[in-house]
Amino acid sequence: MNNNSLVSIDDISCDEILELIKTARFFEENPNHKVLDGKVVATLFFEPSTRTRLSFETAVNRLGGRVIGFSDASTTSSSKGETLKDTIKMVSNYVDLIIMRHYLEGAARYATEVTDIPIVNAGDGANQHPSQTMLDLYSIAKTQGRLDNLTITMVGDLKYGRTVHSLLMALRYFNPTFNFVACEELAMPREYKEFCDANGIRYTESTDFSPEIINSTDILYMTRVQRERFADIMEYERVKDLYTLRRSMLKDSKPNLKVLHPLPRVNEISQDVDDDPKAYYFDQARNGLYARQAIICRALGIRVPDDLR
Amino acid sequence: MTTNKKELAVAALCNGTVIDHIPADALFKAVRILGIENMTTNVTIGNNLSSKRLGRKGIIKVADVEFSDDVLNRIALIAPHANINIIRDFEVVDKFPVSLPDEIVGIVRCGNPKCITNNEPMRTRFSVVDRNNVAIRCHYCGHVVKADDAQID
Repeated sequence: MNNNSLVSIDDISCDEILELIKTARFFEENPNHKVLDGKVVATLFFEPSTRTRLSFETAVNRLGGRVIGFSDASTTSSSKGETLKDTIKMVSNYVDLIIMRHYLEGAARYATEVTDIPIVNAGDGANQHPSQTMLDLYSIAKTQGRLDNLTITMVGDLKYGRTVHSLLMALRYFNPTFNFVACEELAMPREYKEFCDANGIRYTESTDFSPEIINSTDILYMTRVQRERFADIMEYERVKDLYTLRRSMLKDSKPNLKVLHPLPRVNEISQDVDDDPKAYYFDQARNGLYARQAIICRALGIRVPDDLR
Repeated sequence: MTTNKKELAVAALCNGTVIDHIPADALFKAVRILGIENMTTNVTIGNNLSSKRLGRKGIIKVADVEFSDDVLNRIALIAPHANINIIRDFEVVDKFPVSLPDEIVGIVRCGNPKCITNNEPMRTRFSVVDRNNVAIRCHYCGHVVKADDAQID
C-alpha cells in the first residue's frame, strides 16, 4: 500500500485538490519540466481507452519520464488467466508508478493492496475516474477564477454518468448550487441527493431544460444520453432531443458561463455551439494533460513548483 | 405435559454455546457462517419455534464449543437480535447479544458481477454504512447491499 495512490477523488482532501489545481496551473504555464528524469511509469490498460492513455502518456513524456505498458489486455498474460494481483506484482518490479485502467470495478483499489508502488486509477469500470474529475475541477477553477459559490447545472444522463457523481462529491467543499436536469429514467440517484442533503448542498431537480435554469448557471455540464440505457426505445426517442444544447439557448446566459462535456459527445451539443466562445469542452480535454501531470507528481511525492525553486 | 414437550424441543446442554433468537429465514445462513456444517460435536438445530419477538425463530446449540466474539459477531449481519448463551456444567455462565462489526471480511459475496472480488481469488471486504437498516458497502466497487439481500459465500 502506497499512500500517494489515487483511486477515488474521495480519497483526497480539499487542500490536496487545491494543491493539485495549483500544480496543474504551473504545468499549463511550463508544460515541459523534466522532474521525472530517470523514472519509469507503466500504463496498464486492461481495456482500451485511447484518449485517457494518450493523455497520461503525454503527461509522463512532458515530465521527462519513460513509459512502458499495454493498451489492450488481450496481448498480455491476463488473457492466459493470470490474476490482476500477479500482473501488478510483476510490473511493480520494474516501475516507479502504475497508471491503470480496468473493466472491473474496484480493480485499482485492490491493486493498491498488493503493491507498495503508487497506483493511479485511470478508470475502473463504472466506478471511479479521478483524473477526469480533477480536469473538470481544474477547468472550472480556470474559467471561473474560483471553485466556490458556483451554480452548476448537470444535464443528460445523471443516473449512470460517473463523471457527474464524482464531480458532485468533489465539489462538496466549495458551497455549490446544483441544478439536475434529466428525464425521469436518468434522474440523479437518491443516494447522491441524500449526499447533498447531508452536506448542506442546495439543488433543484427538473425534467425541463429551461432558459431560467441556463441563464442562472455558471457551469453547464452536459453528458451523453445513451440509447442502451433505456428499457423502452420509444422513451429514448421521446427524450433524446429534449436535452440537446443549441447555440440559440445560450443567448441570454451569464457572460462567465462555460459549457463542459467529458466527451465523446454525440448529439447532445449541436455543432453550432462549437463556435460559441462559451463552448469549453475541447479546452477541457487539453486541461486533462495538466491535471494528469499534477496527479503523477503527487503520486511520486514530487512537490512542484517548490522542488524546482 | 407442555413443559415436557418444550424440554424435548430444546434439550439441555452440558457445555457449549446456544445461539438463540435467529430469524427463521436466516437460520441456515447462520449455520453456514459459523461453519457448523464441519463440526463433529453434538449439534442441535431448531427452526420455526414460536417467539414473542420474532414470530418464528431458529436456535442453534453446539456442544463443547465456544466461539470467539469475532466469529459470533459475523452473524449479526443476518441475525441482528441473536443472543448468545455460554453454557458450562449445565449453567448459563455468560449471556450477551451479538454486535455488528464495522467491517465484514469474507462471508458476504458482492452482488455486483463486475466487482473485482467476483473475478479474482480474493476475500471480500464490506463496511457497515447503515446500522439501523443493516446496509453494507463493498470496499472495492462501492456497491451497497442490504443485509437481508446479501449473498453468503
